[in-house]
Amino acid sequence: MTANSDTKPTNDTSGAEAARAQLAEVAWEPGVKKPDTVLSVDGMVRRFGGLTAVDVEHLEVQRGVITALIGPNGAGKTTFFNLVTNFDTPDEGVKKFNDHDLTRTPAHRVANLGMVRTFQLTKALSKMTVIDNMKLGAVGQAGETMWRALVPPMWRAQELEVEARADELLKRFKLDHMREEFAGTLSGGQRKLLEMARALMVQPELIMLDEPMAGVNPALKQSLLDHVVSLRDDGMTVLFVEHDMDMVQEISDWVVVMAEGRIIAEGPPASIGENEAVVSAYLGTHHDAPLNWEEE
Amino acid sequence: MDWIAIFQNTLRGFFGEQAIYFALAAIGLNVHFGYTGLLNFGQALFMAAGAYGLAITVVTFGGSFWLGVFMGIVVFPIVMALILGVPTLRLRADYLAIVTIAAAEIFRLFVRSPRWDWLTGSSDGLGQYADRFYEFSPFNPRVRYGIGPLNFLGNQFWVVIVGWVVVAIAVFLVYLLMRSPWGRVLRAIREDEDAARSLGKNAYWFKMQALILGGVIGAAGGMMRAIGTQSAQPDNFITDVTFLAWVALILGGAARVFGPVIGSMILWGVLSFTDTFLREMVAEEIIPNSLMEGPQVGQVRFMLIGIALLLLAAFRPQGMFGNRDEMALDDR
Repeated sequence: MTANSDTKPTNDTSGAEAARAQLAEVAWEPGVKKPDTVLSVDGMVRRFGGLTAVDVEHLEVQRGVITALIGPNGAGKTTFFNLVTNFDTPDEGVKKFNDHDLTRTPAHRVANLGMVRTFQLTKALSKMTVIDNMKLGAVGQAGETMWRALVPPMWRAQELEVEARADELLKRFKLDHMREEFAGTLSGGQRKLLEMARALMVQPELIMLDEPMAGVNPALKQSLLDHVVSLRDDGMTVLFVEHDMDMVQEISDWVVVMAEGRIIAEGPPASIGENEAVVSAYLGTHHDAPLNWEEE
Repeated sequence: MDWIAIFQNTLRGFFGEQAIYFALAAIGLNVHFGYTGLLNFGQALFMAAGAYGLAITVVTFGGSFWLGVFMGIVVFPIVMALILGVPTLRLRADYLAIVTIAAAEIFRLFVRSPRWDWLTGSSDGLGQYADRFYEFSPFNPRVRYGIGPLNFLGNQFWVVIVGWVVVAIAVFLVYLLMRSPWGRVLRAIREDEDAARSLGKNAYWFKMQALILGGVIGAAGGMMRAIGTQSAQPDNFITDVTFLAWVALILGGAARVFGPVIGSMILWGVLSFTDTFLREMVAEEIIPNSLMEGPQVGQVRFMLIGIALLLLAAFRPQGMFGNRDEMALDDR
């Protein structure tokens, strides 16, 4: 069914390679059809009073690749994220995740379907330990039902399994030494790592990262980039919002550009810098400097 | 100075009925606020639900005592929690705070109203519905029982014994639940509801369950009080009752299993001590009558509790059992 369903997820990048190869055939125009769509959006509109924050006619996200969503501040990227994950309700529009219509799906069920998001302002749960943060992420836990919670034998085995998975991810994200610390004691960059690792506990098919690099020091940035790439190589689809053009150029397979709520361009990262609509709407003269548009 | 009487009263404060009622109310608040972050300023409502659930069933409708217990501990608080929770739990935390304090007063004024005298006994309340409870008492009502200076008359002793058993059950329940994955979700919601939702947790439903659980435990407190005094009166459930339960919770330390129990014991121990101590001081004129008279003792002891709370906030904001490092995370 999926482009990579016949491949082993770990360290086997052929699924991702195939997905990227498919993308090479795709035209560089806004709203273009993708060969293997995981998420599609149609006619999505969100107005705040007189302001139309998001007005996306059509967008498809290719499975198994890293798609970057860029645009100046106030372009509607985060609002778009909220609309797609049902943290906010659109005035109009339809979105589908694997042919599953999400229009009436509550936000928490979106995650259970395999689509998980992170937040621009990191939401580490400060007064919980790092390991508890991680364990929270697992879905379908029997012990999360109140009456079963009273009978530990009903969830103990699953809890151990969840914990083992959490420990594995903590090691991979180099947070294992912080295991028993309160998440509130982590640095900003570590919180970003924790939030990403926690999202992986959901075992998502599509992971949506809202500015994963914001406020992260350059040393940690490279490791975060590697992590994002490894998610794709494990067979996940990544959609991320970012301002850091270096990051977008380096790791993304496809770039979607938003401005004033609309999708104004799509294409591989190399094509974006030359796109006239993008240059005039967004890049202006600062090609590779981080862009400082007026605040949202 | 009668030091023995002072000591005896203080002990009774620590272990007596008031400490039990408020321990239960505060355990309920701990589930609401300490673990889930729900600001419930109407715990008196749930206590009243427990008391009136029992009293109305037995006195007004002639039901059995056991049906009354069921109504007061299960049906009434769950209905109240649904009424409070359905409209507010989707909104920000402050809305629940506003609605709970209002609902507690509405309920009190409703049961107090002469219009509903046939149902609730209005301002006189309802009484003598717990005879069945005392029939089970193995103690002679005319004999004092206890250890040394800590002793109670038979019926009172029965209430105290049963009361502490109920407290122990509530503590054990909270302990079991809060170390389970269910409790982990509650704490996550307290920290950040959106994060919990993004990870697939139905925050609304979990908050509702927490509201019901804390309400049921609070109702158990109100019912123990109604049984202990054999009378359910509207003025037993004024807003002060809620705030005393909060004091107990803050004294002991929120989000700690034993915090509310120890907090309630300390609250009533200190109130009883200052009460007897000040009365003795006034009676012996160690405190001159020009400064304070006997009838003012009741108010002055609350002033002292207020000072104690201020000192606590300044020097030990986490309460007796809290973890200061954990508190400090809020400032980051």
